[in-house]
Amino acid sequence: MGIKEMMDEGMAGLDHNIITGRLEDLVKWARARSSWPATFGLACCAIEMMGAGAAHYDLARFGMEVFRASPRQADIMIVAGRVSQKMAPVLRQVYDQMAEPKWVISMGVCASSGGMFNNYAIVQGVDQVVPVDVYTPGCPPSPETLIHSITTLHTLIQNGEIMRRRGETGRGADVLVEDVPASTSVPVSLTR
Amino acid sequence: MPDDPTDAQRAEGDTTAPAPGVAEVHGCPTSESRGQLVVHPSPEEYLALLRALLDDGYHVCVDLCAVDYLTSESARRLPDGVGAERFEVVVNLLDMAARRRIRVRVQVPEADAVLPSTFELWPGTEAMEREVFDMFGISFEGHPDLTRILMPEDWVGHPLRKDYAVGRIPVQFSPGHADPVAGSPGQLP
Amino acid sequence: MSAVDHAPHEHVVLTSEGDQELKPRSALGPAELLREVGSVLRMSEAEAAELTVEEADPSEDQTMIINMGPQHPSTHGVLRLMLELQGERVLRCKPIVGYLHTGMEKQGEELTYLQGGTNVTRMDYASPLANELVFSMAVEKLLGIDGDIPERAVWMRMLLSEINRMASHLLFLATNGLDLGAVSMILYGWREREEVLRFLQKVTGLRMNHNFIRPGGLAADMPAGWRDDVLRLLDLITPRLEEYDILLTGQPIWRERLQGVGVITPQEALALGVTGPILRSTGFAWDLRRDQPYLHYDEMEFDVVVGSYGDCFDRYAIRLNEVRESMRIVRQILDRMPAGDYRIQDKKITPPPRARIDESMEALIHHFKIFTEGFRVPEGEVYVAVESPRGEIGCYIVSDGTARPYRMHIRAPSFVNLQALPHMMRGGLIADGVAIISSVDPILGEVDR
Repeated sequence: MGIKEMMDEGMAGLDHNIITGRLEDLVKWARARSSWPATFGLACCAIEMMGAGAAHYDLARFGMEVFRASPRQADIMIVAGRVSQKMAPVLRQVYDQMAEPKWVISMGVCASSGGMFNNYAIVQGVDQVVPVDVYTPGCPPSPETLIHSITTLHTLIQNGEIMRRRGETGRGADVLVEDVPASTSVPVSLTR
Repeated sequence: MPDDPTDAQRAEGDTTAPAPGVAEVHGCPTSESRGQLVVHPSPEEYLALLRALLDDGYHVCVDLCAVDYLTSESARRLPDGVGAERFEVVVNLLDMAARRRIRVRVQVPEADAVLPSTFELWPGTEAMEREVFDMFGISFEGHPDLTRILMPEDWVGHPLRKDYAVGRIPVQFSPGHADPVAGSPGQLP
Repeated sequence: MSAVDHAPHEHVVLTSEGDQELKPRSALGPAELLREVGSVLRMSEAEAAELTVEEADPSEDQTMIINMGPQHPSTHGVLRLMLELQGERVLRCKPIVGYLHTGMEKQGEELTYLQGGTNVTRMDYASPLANELVFSMAVEKLLGIDGDIPERAVWMRMLLSEINRMASHLLFLATNGLDLGAVSMILYGWREREEVLRFLQKVTGLRMNHNFIRPGGLAADMPAGWRDDVLRLLDLITPRLEEYDILLTGQPIWRERLQGVGVITPQEALALGVTGPILRSTGFAWDLRRDQPYLHYDEMEFDVVVGSYGDCFDRYAIRLNEVRESMRIVRQILDRMPAGDYRIQDKKITPPPRARIDESMEALIHHFKIFTEGFRVPEGEVYVAVESPRGEIGCYIVSDGTARPYRMHIRAPSFVNLQALPHMMRGGLIADGVAIISSVDPILGEVDR
């Protein structure tokens, strides 16, 4: 009901009437449908992320095929790969440069928890550096798992769940998705 | 193929010093390791030996790495006359024309962990020597840019030394985030 | 949302790497300056005289030192480059690596030899089977069983290595095209790569980081119908490569961007220890598969593809044709793959088949011992090298007789190849720099390990 709430939570902070309520839903729908990822591919998961963006798994149908190199233009940071001690400040810097609203998907076990590398060199979970919204298991997660986590995030964005949770604890949404086994079906013949 | 070979059977005759037929190379003692000729210079002979090998045709330095023998003396067999030290720098050279390889292993004492740099002989050893410096703390005299290469610049310690724990170290950069990740680090089985 | 807001200069302080970065020319000694300029020592006096630094380069207040990476769309992973530029022209270049350092060599000392493959496979993640192969071959040599690996296992290893080479080079073609502006190449390259990954998933169980080639052989046998799958793969990719030739090789813009860019001579490449397609692009024909053969490459008929000018176009063409050569090798393997065991039948090393565990106490004990304690490897040291898609990958293992390596070191080709980068970039434009990085095809996982 005031300017402060609106500055903190955007339109969600307003007491909505029928017109602004609809507008808020439209904004959330648009945000979910066209969130652009920031390129933060680090290691093996980056290869699977590129695979998810390529023609077969096609992130474009979720509005996400444009990987913006500039963090200012990006909405989602998909941390794809293991974060080393040297890389951690760079990760934080890129995250800080992104404009609100922004979300983080931690892709793969190395980003989520350090993975198999429990040693001096790897940050044991990227949530030590940035607040994470969705954790994606897998080493590397197949593109289907990544898409599952992205659609989970989109659902949360569209419900407005994420913005509310962020306001309460200051942390990300901390949602863990299940691993989707990669399909082994024979591909459709691409003869012309 | 024996039905159930024991470790002892396999280990017999796999490393010999000196190498059969080649007692020394440019004045340095030799050994043979799984079919590979290995030369053992002292730190004083190191650079001269490598220069001689370069002139012999070993135009490519394939690899330069180091080993820390702090916790295991049984891991290596040295020829007579070669005194074992804590560190060992291992250089693998390749002679493409003759399709042969040679390995040079030099003992480096912990108290005086300095070797001459091979940058003038093989410029490609520049990054390899930096990695050895970063991971083991062995310095190379004459190296143009001896700084850390893999760890952050302000890192303390040399990770691949045996007295450096593998264990989890708290993240160095933490912007006021509340809890570190819970759960014991543990060693992998 | 955490309310920490860093002022811009604080970020620079936090992410700076001090002495590892490019320093102004006035702060450098002569040897370091020459090295950053990209001069390779051991040149003749005449060649060194051509490479003068003081007169040709403008003064420092006319140049700019900028940073490229580690987060950058064109640096092929977390490679950081600091460039001294005059306008668009690169004068000096210094790569700063370590942003993906994972402590894998230290980790390798904590893992058993059976687990080592899972560690090593994540180094060069574009061609994981090459890492596993070199590690397994090194362990087998230490065990003394390198002559006893069953024939079928050897042929299977060769088949998977070549298919991995195809996948890695298709990734190179895709990213090379993307970096140079032929954006549709990334979709085409990935389309073919998906088929290869699908085949690898059918055989190994995973699309990447397979942990399939293990000491003693492989983890499992080829699945039913694999021959048809391989033939379908070959029939699919062959015409697609010709599409790439039409799309890229003859196309004037592609040629303008790549020909004459990033030239390196054979002497420089050898002095820097560069191997793989970069060395072959200079005209020096060195391929471990032919020159120091391993597995059964000495019985295969294939050509070693060699360039003439040492530029980026040669490297592109070499990798494109290496896919064709790999397919040729795969066809020969299809004809000659023997029946037999897929792993050595040594109970101390190879876990028993799962069904046997229910029947035999001894099998159960062996399984338990191998997977918990690990098998012990005799003392000694060994260095084994194979030809990965990026060059010579080597594995140096020191064993102290226990179940874990005392020291495990991987000689990564990209780590050494990156040293050629300042040399190739000097005098070129930044846009050429992107082409050069792409043609070096570094995988930062193996650079930093």
